[in-house]
Amino acid sequence: MATVEERAESGGRRVSEQLLKTFFREMLLIRRFEEKVEERFRAGELPGFLHVAIGQEAVATGVCAALERDDVIASTHRAHGHAIAKGTSVERIMAELYGKLEGCSHGYGGSMHLYDVEVGNLGANAVVAGGIPGIVGAALAFLMRGEPRVAVAFFGDGATNTGTFHESLNLAQLWKVPAIFVLENNGWAESTPATQQLPLPVDELARRALAYGMKTIEADGQDVEAVYLAALAAREHAAAGKGPVLLHLRTYRLTGHYVGDPQVYRDRAELKGERETKDPVELLRARLQLTDEGLAAIDAQVTAEVEASVEFAKAGTDPSPEDAAKYVYA
Amino acid sequence: MPELTYREAVRDALARALREDESVFLMGEDIAEMGGSMAVTQGLLAEFGPKRIRNTPISEIAIVGSGIGAAIQGMRPVVEIMYEDFLTLSMEQLVNQAAKHRTMSGGQVTVPLTIRTQGGAGWSPGAQHAQQLEAWFVHVPGLKVVFASTPEDARGLLWSSIYDDNPVVFFEHRTLYPLKGDVPDRLEPIPLGKARVHREGEDVTVVATGRLVHEALKAAEEAGTEGISVEVVDPRTLQPLDEETIVASVRKTTRCVTAHEAVVRGGFGAELAAVIQHGAFDWLDAPIERVGAKFAPLPFAPAMEQWVVPHAEDVLEAIRRTVARG
Repeated sequence: MATVEERAESGGRRVSEQLLKTFFREMLLIRRFEEKVEERFRAGELPGFLHVAIGQEAVATGVCAALERDDVIASTHRAHGHAIAKGTSVERIMAELYGKLEGCSHGYGGSMHLYDVEVGNLGANAVVAGGIPGIVGAALAFLMRGEPRVAVAFFGDGATNTGTFHESLNLAQLWKVPAIFVLENNGWAESTPATQQLPLPVDELARRALAYGMKTIEADGQDVEAVYLAALAAREHAAAGKGPVLLHLRTYRLTGHYVGDPQVYRDRAELKGERETKDPVELLRARLQLTDEGLAAIDAQVTAEVEASVEFAKAGTDPSPEDAAKYVYA
Repeated sequence: MPELTYREAVRDALARALREDESVFLMGEDIAEMGGSMAVTQGLLAEFGPKRIRNTPISEIAIVGSGIGAAIQGMRPVVEIMYEDFLTLSMEQLVNQAAKHRTMSGGQVTVPLTIRTQGGAGWSPGAQHAQQLEAWFVHVPGLKVVFASTPEDARGLLWSSIYDDNPVVFFEHRTLYPLKGDVPDRLEPIPLGKARVHREGEDVTVVATGRLVHEALKAAEEAGTEGISVEVVDPRTLQPLDEETIVASVRKTTRCVTAHEAVVRGGFGAELAAVIQHGAFDWLDAPIERVGAKFAPLPFAPAMEQWVVPHAEDVLEAIRRTVARG
């Protein structure tokens, strides 16, 4: 998250190079974290299955930087970046992926259910669109109590085909709750491309919110500065009591749907092209004109942080099997 | 002691909670000006205003889902799903979200949400406005399930549901709304998980829920004239279940009939029978009889509808069958 001063400066719609460097570091941390997760999964160390968001780092970093600590988010099955950007340490996320008590959900959640209420992460959700209505309710609670907070739902283009999405946006706009709906549009619903799941052009998905009279803001999801400024504007609108915002961010999933996905459905040349031209980390690196030495220094830091998270996780405590039912009821 | 209808008793619990506690609010279809399709929330809009008595669009996913989100933020929402048939529309939010947030978060999150709903046959609404689906929800760890059968129970149990820190699905029976009963001036919360013995008896225990509690009481009267002494127990909450009271009753009477309006197959009676046979196997003198609806969607024509759902005579026949077994 950005500091208050940094946000104030950006109110003038200018992002300092220093802040961009902070963003770069966080995006690289997310990237290295997810690469490590893929590696440890393939090594057979992580139970379950995993989805990484390589290519979508600018969305997580840019949006969460525009939020206050008291603001809340609901995430998706592609959750690691959101969790890191909202302020959970990579150690606690990695420990969760290893199923340890030290994990951010104490081993009960796993990759698709990363929670950290302390920093406002109300949980990642394994049901597409499943977290969206809860965000409407959180925002309603803030509105009813007059609290200056906003609630933010992340979801993908696939989610915009669910009834859950439409009921939620309709209700949110009707009651003008301070919510931001972050449409992380990567053009894929698992293996199904936009052309087979969307009757609208993929770049025009924000029209779905216009149908409810909702304010929409669009930005290039690969450009962290654009994402950040758009999210700041969205937050300003929602927090001012003007109603919710759909924040449409076009982004690119530069990997498979899940770790190990052979992506038989994907055009190789197209994917290669996207990797070469749409990688948000590379784009920001070029923008910052980072030298090889400059990059190596940051990379060494975040890589060490990620390595330490693996050590932390491996040294973590295994839960007692009989604690499985500990939290069924309050 | 004042007499309230079941409908008034539900309303009284809501009004008292709304009066006492700013975190309580209501959401649902037609609950404001209209006062709810069953007139349960009549008058609440006038007293508490539109911010706390919130009419919603016809959006069951969003009603339950936003209730979950507000509950996690420390509110105590009471949402109304007009007919329990429409709970089917909100199943994802109820089953995957409300029930699981607490466990998935490792105890970081609680969901103090109450979902009120109603159903029940006897007025020819057809197949989509009168089902009894309570058993579905008992199968989901994380949900509590309440089914009140009297005005006093309705008020005390609803109060406890609102103040429970877990999601509670609170079932009301449509045909019971006009039922009158004594309800104490002072609201006594009734703990969830405590059965009520409506009538003591020696020969057979009938464990009944909802409307069938009253049918069972009628059957018990009739059985008495035949020299059969019947005990009637209403679990009142299906989850958590007061196994102790139910098993103790059957150990005493040695025979048992379960009775609900829902279909027999996979109904709550099956769970009761399993609990009872395990807890009272050496005491049982007859197979446990199950009374419930026949396995058919509810038909429209009154004669067919009445044939599908169980009545006092069905309970009575089941009582006679258990007694006939030596």
